[in-house]
Amino acid sequence: MSDWGVLSEMNGYDEERIAVLLRLLPPAPAGWVQAAQELPLARVEIAALVARAEADAATRAQIVADLESALAAEGIEPTPSVVAALRACLDAD
Amino acid sequence: MAEIATDAQLVSRCRSGDPAAWNELVERFSRYVFAICVQAFRLPPEDAEDVFQEVFARVYQHLDRLRSDDSIRPWIAQLTRRLCIDRLRSSGREGPAELDDLDPGGVDEALAGLDDALTVRASLDAVGDPCRDILDRFFCRDESYKSIGDALGLPAGTIASRISRCLGKVRAELEGRT
Repeated sequence: MSDWGVLSEMNGYDEERIAVLLRLLPPAPAGWVQAAQELPLARVEIAALVARAEADAATRAQIVADLESALAAEGIEPTPSVVAALRACLDAD
Repeated sequence: MAEIATDAQLVSRCRSGDPAAWNELVERFSRYVFAICVQAFRLPPEDAEDVFQEVFARVYQHLDRLRSDDSIRPWIAQLTRRLCIDRLRSSGREGPAELDDLDPGGVDEALAGLDDALTVRASLDAVGDPCRDILDRFFCRDESYKSIGDALGLPAGTIASRISRCLGKVRAELEGRT
């Protein structure tokens, strides 16, 4: 049985099981959390890029082909969180 | 006990544009998303970071489409799972996290365990400090009694008994929920 299976065999919430479960959720790297929290700050710039993509198919193709370069060309640092946000916006179109 | 917003209250505040609520939502689910990526799907760090950011980008983008504010937790779990699988499919790298190596039953067990862990985490938040701080440092950050004592200004010799008492408080909180 896997470690996870052993865990599911433990019944209820006694102190031992609580301790095991607490250990399962260490903090995510602080930089990752901060980047995700800052997403709303990049919203305006991302919205402008998406608007241009919506207005012109060629522009959209160019942006989709290289999200990082499109962001950098706008003076936006293409961090993983901002790239992910732009991708999510374009996918939603 | 600390006053903690429910998931539904938090989602509602995010929808109304409260930036503090978004910070809190990311804080609340960051460990969960991180654990799904690196424990359940064993993604390498660079892939885990991309998936982590993608999850929160999509949550931010689509929060207004959530049918019920209460369903944020299963939605985030499902979204993270799907993006991890997409990442493994698109990755041609050799390694322990290749899709074919993953046992679907094992992933389900891992996700169930992490879901349980998040419930315990919510109870820890409800119990509040100093127990939250002490238990987080000991169990989640692997700090020694001495390190915890130094950080919190407590005699190191009392940390073990404080941990025991705090686990009891979390247990009582959990039993009060069920």
